[in-house]
Amino acid sequence: MATGFLTDTTVCIGCKACEVACKQWNQLPADGYEFTGDSYDNTKQLSGTTWRHVAFIENPKKRRLTGDVDLVALAEDVTEPLPGGAELDALGRWAFMSDVCKHCVAAPCQQACPTGSIIRNEFDNVYIQPDICNGCGYCVPACPYGVITQVPNDGRAFKCTLCYDRQIDGLEPACAKACPTNSIMFGDVEDLKELAEERVQQLHDKGYTQAYVWGTPEVGGTGGIEGNHSKFILMDEPETYNLPKHPYLPQEKVKGGVIAGAVAAGVLGAVVALAFRD
Amino acid sequence: MPGLGITYGRGGATTSLQDLQNSDCILIEGSNMAEAHPVGFRHPMIAKEKNGAKLIHVDPRFTRTSALCDVYAPIRPGTDIAFLGGLINYVLQNEEYFEEYVKAYTNAATIVTEEFEDAGATGLFSGWDEEKTQYDPSTWRYEGQPIDYAAVGGSQGRIVGEAGGQSETAPDQPRPTDMTLQHERCVFQILKRHFAKYTPEMVEKVCGTPREAFQKVAELITENSGREKTTALVYSVGWTQHSKGVQLIRTAAILQLLLGNIGRPGGGIMALRGHATIQGSTDIATLYNILPGYLGMPDANKDHDTWRDYIEDGTASSGWLANFPKYATSLMKAWYGEAFDAEDGALFDRFPRINGDHSYYPSIMAMKDREVKGAFNFGQNFAVGGPHANLARDALRALDWLVVVDAYEIETATAWKMDGVKPEECGTEVFFIPAALVAEKDGSFTQTQRMLQWHDKAVEPPDDARSDAWFVYHLGRRIKELYKDSTDERDGLIQAMTWDYPVEGEYDEPNIESITKEVNGYNVADGSPVAGFAALKDDGSTACGGWIYSGVYKDGVNQARRRKPWTEQPNAATEWGWAWPANRRVLYNRASADPEGKPWSERKKFVWWDEEQGKWTGLDIPDFQADKRPDYRPENDAKGVDAIPGDGPFIMQGDGKGWLFAPVGLKDGPLPIHYEPVESPVPNLLYDKVQYTPTARLFDRPDNPYNKPMDPRYPHVVTTYRLTEHHTSGAMSRWLPWLSELQPELFCEISPTLAGEVGVENADFVTVSTSRGKVHCRALVTDRIPVYNMDGRKIHTIGLPYHWGPNGIVKGDVVNNLMPVALEANVAIHEAKAFTANLEAGRV
Repeated sequence: MATGFLTDTTVCIGCKACEVACKQWNQLPADGYEFTGDSYDNTKQLSGTTWRHVAFIENPKKRRLTGDVDLVALAEDVTEPLPGGAELDALGRWAFMSDVCKHCVAAPCQQACPTGSIIRNEFDNVYIQPDICNGCGYCVPACPYGVITQVPNDGRAFKCTLCYDRQIDGLEPACAKACPTNSIMFGDVEDLKELAEERVQQLHDKGYTQAYVWGTPEVGGTGGIEGNHSKFILMDEPETYNLPKHPYLPQEKVKGGVIAGAVAAGVLGAVVALAFRD
Repeated sequence: MPGLGITYGRGGATTSLQDLQNSDCILIEGSNMAEAHPVGFRHPMIAKEKNGAKLIHVDPRFTRTSALCDVYAPIRPGTDIAFLGGLINYVLQNEEYFEEYVKAYTNAATIVTEEFEDAGATGLFSGWDEEKTQYDPSTWRYEGQPIDYAAVGGSQGRIVGEAGGQSETAPDQPRPTDMTLQHERCVFQILKRHFAKYTPEMVEKVCGTPREAFQKVAELITENSGREKTTALVYSVGWTQHSKGVQLIRTAAILQLLLGNIGRPGGGIMALRGHATIQGSTDIATLYNILPGYLGMPDANKDHDTWRDYIEDGTASSGWLANFPKYATSLMKAWYGEAFDAEDGALFDRFPRINGDHSYYPSIMAMKDREVKGAFNFGQNFAVGGPHANLARDALRALDWLVVVDAYEIETATAWKMDGVKPEECGTEVFFIPAALVAEKDGSFTQTQRMLQWHDKAVEPPDDARSDAWFVYHLGRRIKELYKDSTDERDGLIQAMTWDYPVEGEYDEPNIESITKEVNGYNVADGSPVAGFAALKDDGSTACGGWIYSGVYKDGVNQARRRKPWTEQPNAATEWGWAWPANRRVLYNRASADPEGKPWSERKKFVWWDEEQGKWTGLDIPDFQADKRPDYRPENDAKGVDAIPGDGPFIMQGDGKGWLFAPVGLKDGPLPIHYEPVESPVPNLLYDKVQYTPTARLFDRPDNPYNKPMDPRYPHVVTTYRLTEHHTSGAMSRWLPWLSELQPELFCEISPTLAGEVGVENADFVTVSTSRGKVHCRALVTDRIPVYNMDGRKIHTIGLPYHWGPNGIVKGDVVNNLMPVALEANVAIHEAKAFTANLEAGRV
């Protein structure tokens, strides 16, 4: 059975319980105490020591308004009618998204790993074996989502294990367990896929026709990645959540170069061959 | 919470978090539920997903709660009475009230004496004494009725009423009523006239709420109330921490009565408490003026000379508190055992009396004035978390000795080396005692819905840390040892005190379940636990440490320890934990049936009369005498509970009815009035003669200056609050790396408009100042903070979380240094949610 996450951002309350539960279970250190001024997000990004990260996106709908925001403008904004007649709508004016490793079907990090440290385990999760990892760091730029970093003073790369140690004991990952609103769901990827479609349909029925699933071979799991085992239900463009719309395997980009190189080599060879004819 | 206590009879949330799943609409106001109660917020979310319930958030800030609601309506801090009064006016003017419910279950039809004068142009009710600055409530009574002080409000009502000793028995005649609700002096008409000026236009002017938003809220709550649907209200300290907090909650309580939402599934008022067991700390009382179970503390200023005097004063002629003698006697038996003779009550002569106001703030002032010599501090950090924290720390430094029992070295324990004070100049001897954390001890929490939940010890506490109970138990044991040979009469009470809890483990921790058993109550003869408070007696044959918890140890089983999930129970989840009273989950649930005892509708079926069985039954434990027929009518001379008719769901009230109009019990009026906060940048537009509540308790001393209303030096409104990432004063979170990294620094939330006016950009340093003090913090510039246009002038809000102090991993200035000590009249709560300040760029 392949397991994965479905993170429904429309019910996330931004409590960061997933971040804390993850750090506690996996005994990850704090990353420092820096005020960013970026809404309530002082975590900033995923890294070798932060495997869940709640992003806070202030008013994606109203970003076109700048500077002086008074009540009149606010009232105009809240009365902006949404599909399905949901007036005065507040949903989506401050979006929260709990980001995590995407557990790609064809994982670029795994393909980049020269030591075989990164494997697919028995739950079909992308897993870094810390005792094999030699800290080369090839996986870091290979990840199209910026999930992995090397841990300073250690050198090795770390990321979400999908709580492998909990799964083998029949427990769900710590973040999903701690989530108070079931924004983070864990289970069989096939079941989650169905659930995601159901949830999106429900949102459409309520008038939120902009809702969609990110992490499919069509959106967010593209470019040879063949979809993700961590899917997300989003209400805005992926870029709003700092997610790429069309990620790709690094070698996809290399392909052009390789072909160009081959062609160039061919041409050069021909030129040389011609030059040295006779 | 006398706002609820006076209106309904008990000062607790009327419903449960799980029951919010049954709501069709949930109005959250004065609460940031998703941030401060993220786990409880799952239930509104379930209501939204499953029933398509509409969630509404009315708040001065667009918060994480607003982000998940269907409708957000901004409101200027401190104007909630105007907003809710506007809703009441909307309901009355548009005849959207639940007529049958209002007629049957509220005092709408009751006629008030003609001596009563509403607050018209003056902004004051009849009975105002300008010299004493207090009300004489005698003109607020029902026609033809004397005031029965003891019958007031069941729980806290009694203790917040005027000085006692005036209890009179009800005359043997029915109360004058007009069931057509047309009599000009009936409560309904008084209410209608009183709120007539709270028009939508006025709401917009006073609260700054856009008209459309107010209209939408009014439509949603009325569409979703009535026979087929119910709306719930959720609030927390955003409503309580005001100089008129009690009246604010009263306004909400009146609204819910008019809409017929009390006692019904998916309805009610969910009073969210600020800490895990705050409800428990008032139930089994830590307050100075009540004994466990909200029994009044003996008072030297009342006729409490003898045990008989005390009993007579506390006993109501009608309603549930006619049982007062049983509960008070059983309490004395629990505390003093054989030494207390229920016949003569002689030991009571040695019992301490209160002789004035010894609530938190007057005690702090008394500390500073060196009237209080020593203090014990458990589970709180008022050097950071209390209002006017500068003054609180000065007070700590004036003590001779101080004991702080805590898991971390909180600021309350280190005031002697803070604020630039030289330690050698501070004479306070501080004892810092390491405490065990929750997972390191057994015990129970009584949470927000009056529910007790047991927790077992998971690990032993480290090193010398012990539970609070260990500290108190062994302190008591040693004190008893010290006094055991004393022949002084005054030491008799210490000698008589029962203090024989079994101890266990290596460090002699007291067995907590044995305390639960004592609180539950037992038969003195054989020590067997009683089944509930109905079994308690006034002859000394039963002992009970807190009558409202009676039943928690029924059958010798710790009922609070039950853990059957609500998902596995078809009813009101009555097998998870245990809720007072008598494990009832939705209070006043008799009101979920019509006067004949039938459910108002199939959809909202909950508790009903079963004619065949001759008793009340349903999905919850009936909050009513089980076999009292719906058509029961009391004789005119009926006493106690027998005086409550079969269609009187509010059994704690003398008349069995919900009180739209409170004839007695509150110090600041029978109906709510909008006044501005004590400190406000705008005048009171509704009552121009009275700027702020005339009953506010102010402390006119040089160390507690107030910012005068409309003082141009302090043009902005500060509202303080908490973040999900920290716990109140930070005492339990600023020491944890995983939480501290999430919110590492003090900030204030301001609008881009204000940032522009002051000349700062996001993340710049700013200074917020009041006449009490100043703080430096970062500016978080966000358009989640609305700006209000009032007569062409912009009114700005500064949002300030108050979690930081100088100790711990992440440090910051103490926000509560800014706050004045301005108190509410009934419960002495401070005004933390609206006061004025100035904002400057940089660290001034």
